[in-house]
Amino acid sequence: MKPMQRLLQLPVSAVKLLKPLCQEEGQSRMLSPEGGQQSWYNAVQPDELKLLKSSAAPENQEEDPAESGHTQPIRHDDLKEMLDSNKDSLKLEAMKRIVAMIARGKNTSELFPAVVKNVACKNIEVKKLVYVYLVRYAEEQQDLALLSISTFQRGLKDPNQLIRASALRVLSSIRVTIIVPIMMLAIKEAASDMSPYVRKTAAHAIPKLYSLDQDQKDQLIEVIEKLLADKTTLVAGSVVMAFEEVCPERIDLIHKNYRKLCNLLIDVEEWGQVVIINMLTRYARTQFLNPNHNESLLEENPDKTFYGSDDEESKQEEMDTALLPKRKPYVMDPDHRLLLRNTKPLLQSRNAAVVMAVAQLYFHLAPKAEVGVIAKALVRLLRSHSEVQFVVLQNVASMSIKRRGMFEPHLKSFYIRSTDPTQIKVLKLEVMTNLASETNISIILREFQTYIKSQDKDFVAGTIQAIGRCATNIDEVRDTCLNGLVQLLSNRDELVMAESVVVIKKLLQMQPSQHSDIIRHMAKLIDNIMVPMARASILWLIGEYCEHVPKIAPDVLRKMAKSFTNEEDIVKLQIINLAAKLYLTNSKQTKLLTQYVLNLAKYDQNYDIRDRARFIRQLIVPTEKSGVLSKYAKKLFLAQKPAPVLESSFKGGRVVTHGDVFITVPDVGVSEWTKPSGREKRKEKVEKPFYSDSEGESEPTESADSESPTASESESMSEIESASDSRSDKESDEETKSDNEKNKKKARKEKSKKRDESEDSGQSEGEEKTVKKRKGKEESSSASSSSSSTSEESSSENSSSESEEDSESDTEKKSRKKSSTAKPSLRALEAKQKEISLLDLDDFSSSPTFQTSPSPNTSSKSLNLDLQGLTLTDTTVPSEVVSPSLGAVKTYELLHRITGEGLSVEYCFNRRPFSPDHTMVSVQMQFTNNSETELKNLRIGEPKLQAGMRMQGFKDIAILQPGQVAADTLGIDFCDSTQAANFQLCSQTRQFYMSIQPPVGELIMPVFMTENTFKKEQGKLMGMNEIKEKLTLPEQFRSDQAIVQRVMSIANLGRVPCGLDNEYRFAARTVSGGALVLVTLVTKDGGMAQLTINCEKMVIGTMLVKDIMQALTQ
Amino acid sequence: MIHSLFLINSSGDIFLEKHWKSVVSRSVCDYFFEAQEKANESENVPPVIPTPHHFLISVYRDRIFFVAVIQSEVPPLFVIEFLHRVVDTFQDYFGTCSEVAIKDNVVVVYEVLEEMLDNGFPLATESNILKELIRPPTILRTVVNTITGSTNVGDHLPTGQLSVVPWRRTGVRYANNEAYFDVVEEIDAIIDKSGSTVFAEIQGVIDACVKLTGMPDLTLSFMNPRLLDDVSFHPCVRFKRWESERILSFIPPDGNFRLLSYHVSSQNLVAIPVYVKHNISFRDGSSMGRFEITVGPKQTMGKTVEGTVVTSQLPKVVLNMNLTSTQGNYTFDPVTKVVSWDIGKINPQKLPSLKGTMSLQTGTPKPDENPNINIQFKIQQLAISGLKVNRLDMYGEKYKPFKGIKYMTKAGKFQVRT
Repeated sequence: MKPMQRLLQLPVSAVKLLKPLCQEEGQSRMLSPEGGQQSWYNAVQPDELKLLKSSAAPENQEEDPAESGHTQPIRHDDLKEMLDSNKDSLKLEAMKRIVAMIARGKNTSELFPAVVKNVACKNIEVKKLVYVYLVRYAEEQQDLALLSISTFQRGLKDPNQLIRASALRVLSSIRVTIIVPIMMLAIKEAASDMSPYVRKTAAHAIPKLYSLDQDQKDQLIEVIEKLLADKTTLVAGSVVMAFEEVCPERIDLIHKNYRKLCNLLIDVEEWGQVVIINMLTRYARTQFLNPNHNESLLEENPDKTFYGSDDEESKQEEMDTALLPKRKPYVMDPDHRLLLRNTKPLLQSRNAAVVMAVAQLYFHLAPKAEVGVIAKALVRLLRSHSEVQFVVLQNVASMSIKRRGMFEPHLKSFYIRSTDPTQIKVLKLEVMTNLASETNISIILREFQTYIKSQDKDFVAGTIQAIGRCATNIDEVRDTCLNGLVQLLSNRDELVMAESVVVIKKLLQMQPSQHSDIIRHMAKLIDNIMVPMARASILWLIGEYCEHVPKIAPDVLRKMAKSFTNEEDIVKLQIINLAAKLYLTNSKQTKLLTQYVLNLAKYDQNYDIRDRARFIRQLIVPTEKSGVLSKYAKKLFLAQKPAPVLESSFKGGRVVTHGDVFITVPDVGVSEWTKPSGREKRKEKVEKPFYSDSEGESEPTESADSESPTASESESMSEIESASDSRSDKESDEETKSDNEKNKKKARKEKSKKRDESEDSGQSEGEEKTVKKRKGKEESSSASSSSSSTSEESSSENSSSESEEDSESDTEKKSRKKSSTAKPSLRALEAKQKEISLLDLDDFSSSPTFQTSPSPNTSSKSLNLDLQGLTLTDTTVPSEVVSPSLGAVKTYELLHRITGEGLSVEYCFNRRPFSPDHTMVSVQMQFTNNSETELKNLRIGEPKLQAGMRMQGFKDIAILQPGQVAADTLGIDFCDSTQAANFQLCSQTRQFYMSIQPPVGELIMPVFMTENTFKKEQGKLMGMNEIKEKLTLPEQFRSDQAIVQRVMSIANLGRVPCGLDNEYRFAARTVSGGALVLVTLVTKDGGMAQLTINCEKMVIGTMLVKDIMQALTQ
Repeated sequence: MIHSLFLINSSGDIFLEKHWKSVVSRSVCDYFFEAQEKANESENVPPVIPTPHHFLISVYRDRIFFVAVIQSEVPPLFVIEFLHRVVDTFQDYFGTCSEVAIKDNVVVVYEVLEEMLDNGFPLATESNILKELIRPPTILRTVVNTITGSTNVGDHLPTGQLSVVPWRRTGVRYANNEAYFDVVEEIDAIIDKSGSTVFAEIQGVIDACVKLTGMPDLTLSFMNPRLLDDVSFHPCVRFKRWESERILSFIPPDGNFRLLSYHVSSQNLVAIPVYVKHNISFRDGSSMGRFEITVGPKQTMGKTVEGTVVTSQLPKVVLNMNLTSTQGNYTFDPVTKVVSWDIGKINPQKLPSLKGTMSLQTGTPKPDENPNINIQFKIQQLAISGLKVNRLDMYGEKYKPFKGIKYMTKAGKFQVRT
C-alpha cells in the first residue's frame, strides 16, 4: 500500500508512465483533493450491505485490495450469483448495478468472468450493458476477453444492421492486440456492407485499429480510400475523421473526392461538417492560391481534369508552377469558388462549431472583400453559452488584429455588461482595443470610463491596460488618456492605482520631458503604494528620468535605502538600478547612499540581487581592473530606451491556427500536439510564396527572438562595445557638460523616441507577418525539407540586402542567420560558445567577435532589454526595430511660430526608409500649436515641385488643440538632387509657403557590403567618378569613434568592415536613383587624412566631399 | 476526439465518469480543480485547461461541470457544443439535468452516452434517434418492463439514422394534428445613466411544437422578412428556398424544436419598452444611502408589461436595506448583496416604485460606482421588431392541421447603468 500511495502522489506525467501498474488504484481510490469521495462510499454502503445479507458465503471472497484499507471489504458474490441465474431480469438488475459502479469509477474487474459469460444473452439490454462492461475492462483482462470474440464474429453476420454495427463497434473497441487481424478483416468486410450505417461504423473503427497497431496503416488507407468514394452523407463525416487521424498527409486521396465532398457538405450531419470543413480548409490552403496575395499573382493550373486523376506528377507540377511567380491577374480556381460557395450557407448553422469552422475557412481562403460575411455570424455566436462566447471571442480577438474593418460595425456588440464573467470581460476589452481607431476612439474611451468604476478590480486593471494600449496606438488621444490615468492615481483602490502607475510608466517613456510634473507626482506616491510592481515602475521612472527630477530623486533613493531590506525582489532590483543611475549623474549627493544600497544588496538572500549588485558595482565604481567598461557605464545605464510597444497578446503565431484548441490556451507548447507533420509541411510550402516579400524586414526580429537568452545577452555585450565606437567622446565626458547642452540632448532624445514610435506602428504589419514566417521557418527546419528551406534562405538574403538595417555588418548578420536557422542542438552549442566569451570579460576587446562594426541603435535597444530584465516589461518585449546609424539628428525649422501665427513646424530627416515607397526620403514633421485657439484642417496644398519630384504620405490633421503636438512622416522623392521641395501648408484660415531642402547626406541610405564587394565596386567607379581630397583632422576628431560618429552624423552611410586600422569605409546608395556612394577615409600620422568618394553621380560626390570635410575639420 | 467525460458537482465530487477510449485516470481532474480554485467563481473557470498530456474542456450548466478530456487537436467549439448537446439531451430525457436526476438514471445516462459517441466521435445526437434507441424512462414504462421483461433498448436501427431527414422518424401518428409556433424576441440593451440607449438589439427565435402525422412538408412565410438580418436555422430548413424567396420550407422534426433564431439588424431603431428612474446615492462618511427606483412603460405598442423583475447587485459596503415598495415584493440577500424586486404587471396609471434607505458599513469609503440595474419583463402578443408571420402551409399530407402562432417579447440582457 505504502509504495503505491507514494506513486500516486507523483505528478501526473509520472503516474502515466506507471499507468499499467497503478491503474487499478487510480480508478478505485479517489484522487480528488477534497477527499469528498469518502462520502460516496458511505452513500453506497447501505446498498451493498443489503446485498451482503443475502450473500451466502462472505468469508471466502477475495477482497478488493485497494478498498480494504479504506472501508469495509466489498464482495460481489451476490452479483455473480445474479449473473449466473437463468432469469434475464436478475441479470439485467446485476448488470445495471455493475454499470452504476463503473460510472462512479469503482473497480469491478473481478467480475469479468461472470459478466463475459453473458455476452451472448438474448436480452438486448443485458447485451448492451455487457458490451459497456467489456469495452471498459477488456484491455486489462485480455485473455478472458478473447472468450467473447466469437460472439461478435457471429454478430457481424447478423441480418439486423444495428446488430452488425454494434458488433463491429464493440469488437473494434476492445483494445486487445491479438485480435488485430480479426478486426482488420471485419473492417474490410463492413466497408463494403450494404447498410451505410455499418459502413459508417467501419469508418469509426479505422482510427481505433490504427491506434492499436500502427503497422496496419497501409491496409487501413486502402479502406479509407474505398470509403472516401462512398456517396452517402452518413459515411462522409466519419471517413474524413478517419482520414485525418490515420493519414492526413495523403492529400492525394482527396483530389478525386474533393468536388463530391463539397457538394455533399450541406447534407452531412453537423459533426461531420466540422471535420470536413477543417480538412477542406487545410486542403485548399495547400492546393489553391491565396486570393489575397495580389503581388505575385500566379496562374492557375490549367489542368481542369485534375481532380479526376490521381496522378502524383500532376500534383508535383502544380507545386512547381506555384513557385514560379507570374505577373498575371489572379483568377480564382472554380474549385476554390465551389468550396466557398458551398460552405457559406453553413454560417447559418445552429451548431457553433460549424459556424466557427466556416469562419476559419473564410478567414484563410476567401478574398478580402468576401471575408466580411463571417463577422455577423461570429457576433451571433456571442449570444450563446459563455463557453462558446469565450472561444469565439478569442478567435475574434486574433482575427480583428488582421482585419479590423470586419468587426468595426459590430463594435457595440462587444460592450461589456456588469454581469459578464471576468474572463469574458477581459476578452471583450481586448477586442474593443483592437478595434479602436481614430474614428471610434472617443466612443470607446467613453465606454472605458464607465468600466473603470466597476467593482471587479481585475477587470478595472484590464481596462487601464487597454487605455494604455489605445493611447500608444492612437496619437490623438494620448494626452487625454494620460490625464485620465493620472487622475486614477488618486484612486482609493491600491490595485487600480498600481496598474495605472505601470501603464503611465510605459506612456511616459514616449515623451518624458513634457511630463516631469507627472513623474514628480509619482515620486510622491511611493510612500503610499505597496504593490511591488508599481513601486518598481516608479523607481525605474525616477532613475530613467532623474534629470527631470534632480531634487527629488536622491531623496527617493534615501527613503528606499532605508526600507531596502523589507522590499520585494523586483523593487530591490530597481532600487539598485536607481542608485546606479543617480550615482552616474549626481555622484556628489548619492555616492554614499549608493554604496550603502550595494552593500545591503551584496548580502541579500536572492542571488539575482547579489549578482546585480556585483555587476553594477564593477560597472560604476571605477577600479583599476574594470577600467574598460566603467568608462561606458553611463552609456550603459542611460542609453535611450525605446518606449515599449503595447500590443495585443493575440498577435503572433497563433493567428495561423484559428479555431484550434490552443488558440484558447495561453502559452501552450505546441510540441504538446502530435500534429501530423505533413500538414505543417504543406502549410509552409504555400505560405512561402505568400510572404516572401516581407522577409527583408522580418530578418532582425526573427533572429533576435529565436536566439537563446544567453546568446542575446552576449550579443548585447558585443554591441555595447560597438556602440561605443560610434558615439563621440562628447558623450563620454558628459558630466562636465553645461546645462545648455543637456537641454539640447534632451530634445534630441525626444525626437528619436518619436521616430521609434512612428516606426513601430509602421512596421507592425510586417511584424505580424514575421511571426508567421518564423513559424513556417521553424517548421520547415524540423520537417527537414531542406531544399525548399535553402531556397527560402537565399531569397531572404537577397531581399535583406536591400532592406533597411544596412548598417549592420556582414559578420554579425551571418552569425545571426546561423543562430536563427541552425538546428536546436547547434544553436545550443553556439549559445555555449558565446557564454564562454561572456565569461572572460576582461580581454573581450581582443576577441574577434566583438570587432563588429557599429549598429548603435539596435544595440541600445537590446541592451535596454537586458537592463530591463528587471522584469519591468510585463507585456510584450519591444520588438527589435531596425534603425539606421545616427549620431545626432538635426532638426530644421520649417515654420517659425511667429510667422505661422502660433503654428510652428519642424522637420528632420529620420533616416528611415519611407515605407510606402522606398525611393522617397522620409521626413519627420512635427507640428506644434503655440497659439490659444485650435487649428483646424491642416493639409498640404498644391506642391510646386521640380520636374520628377514627388511627395506623399501626409495625412491631414483635423484638429490641433492649443499646446498639442502632432507628428507625421512625409515622403519626398528629391530625384537625387539637393533642390528644395516647395509646397504650401494650409490651415483653415491661412496658407504658409514652405520649402524643404535636403542636405546631400540625407539623399542616400546605407547598404550592406563586404570588404570584397566594396573593393570591387570601387574598382568600377574610378576616374571621373572618383574624388579625392586631403585634410587635416583636428585633435578632438582623431579617435576612431569620433571619426565614425562625425561622418555618420553628416551623411546617412553604412559602415563597411575593414581590415586596416587606419582606414574607414562607408557605403550607401542614393535613395531615388540607387547609385552607389562609396566613402573611404584613410588616416595618417599627425592627423593627416585622405578622403575618397566614389560615386557615379558626380554632383552628389562633390557635395558630399565638401560636407564631410567640413564635419571633420570643424 | 473526446476521450473521457467527467461529471463534477458543485462540491467537487466526480459523480460520473465515462471513457470512450482507454481509461484516463480521474486524477486528471486535479488540474481542473486547481483551475476552479483559482477562478473563485464557477463561470470563471476557463473552458479549456491545458495539462501536460491532455486538454480539459468543460462546460458549466445546472450547477454541474461537464469536463471532457481530449488528447488530440480538436476544434474546442466542437467539444463545447457537444457537451451542451449532452446536457440538452439529459434535460430532454429526465426533465432536468440535476445531479440527482443523473444519479437516479445512471444506467440510462450511460447507455445514452454510449450511443452519442463512438470512439470519441459523435454518432447520434438527434434526440428522436436516441429516443428510439433508448426510450426515456417513465413510470408507466418501468412498471410494464418489470412485469413483461421487455427493455428500454430498441433492437432496430432508428429509421432516422438512414433517412435524408434524420431529424424525423417515420410512422408518426397523431389523433389531433397540431403545429404551434412561438415567436419570442429578446431585447438586449445597455441604457446609460441619463436614460439614453448605449446599445440595443433584438434577438429572436421561433420555437415550434409540431405534432403532425406522416411526413408533412411545411412552408412558413413572413410579412416582412427583410427585418431579419442574420439567421440561423434548424438543419431541416431548406437554405436555398430561403435565399431565393425568403420562405422557410422544411419537413419538421417531431415534437419541440427551435426552427430559427434571428437577429434584427442593428440599423433599425429598437423600441425600448420600459424606462427606469433611479436615484441611488451613497454619501461619504454617512452610514446611510438613498435608494429609489421607479419603473414605467414606454413604447409598448399598447400592450401591458408583465413579469417585471428588477435586480441589482449592490456594493459590498451595503449591510442592509430598508425599503418600501408601492407594488410587489422585494428581497435583499445580505450575503450576495443582491436586491431583487418582483413587480409583476406594470400599471401605467400608477407606476411602481421602490424607495428607502440602505445602511452602510461605517468607516469605509463610498463605492466608486453605483450598482447596475438588471430588468426582466415580458410582453405578450407583441414582437417588438414588428415581425409578422404571413401564412403557414402544409403539403404532402391530406389532413387539415390546427395551426397556431404566438408572439412574445422579453427582456434579454437588459441593463441600466446608474
